[in-house]
Amino acid sequence: MFAISEVPIDVARLRGALEARGVGAVVCFEGRVRDHNDGRAVHGLSYQAYADLAQAEGVRIVAEAHHRYAVDRVVCVHRVGDLALGEVAVWAGASAGHRAAAFDACRYIIDEVKARVPVWKREHYVEGPSEWLHPEPGLRK
Amino acid sequence: MNYRLLYFAALSDAVGCAGETVASEARDVRALYAELAARHGFTFAPDRLRVAVNGAFTDWNHRLADNDEVVFLPPVSGG
Repeated sequence: MFAISEVPIDVARLRGALEARGVGAVVCFEGRVRDHNDGRAVHGLSYQAYADLAQAEGVRIVAEAHHRYAVDRVVCVHRVGDLALGEVAVWAGASAGHRAAAFDACRYIIDEVKARVPVWKREHYVEGPSEWLHPEPGLRK
Repeated sequence: MNYRLLYFAALSDAVGCAGETVASEARDVRALYAELAARHGFTFAPDRLRVAVNGAFTDWNHRLADNDEVVFLPPVSGG
């Protein structure tokens, strides 16, 4: 399951979506809004998505994770809109019979989402105007 | 022909709006980007952008049809 969300991510609900009878391992990743980036103080972020294509590409990534790893459930949701410090910007989770597949699938999902899904981040700085981030592929963190 | 453009992030800032319909003689994506870059002052070289037509990723040689929705995607920064 993949979704773009305009409202705060309900982590408990997503964690519940990973449950299945054969699950022995659950791995989740939460990407959160922190108060700094590259040495500058940040007081919030805005995310924008090309919604139709973001949804289609996210669904492809989830399908790839199912194909590549022995997982039971795979879930990822990315927020859009204005986020405050500490809010969850992206949530990815995978469940599997054993931990290796769950770790690998979760890592795969978040890495591919960051690299491929058309979502953009605007940082709002404590000092100075806000800026869109358009990182070179090799410099993406 | 007429094309429907959607703009995101820095490209949206450069144009000053989220989208526009343009009448153009360009017949492929590369020519259309060159025309729009000159008009709006886009600073991204094409090799830093991806392209989507009608909601699907495509390549810079994609031949355009009247009323296509065209999006030039700056480097993404989700997560």
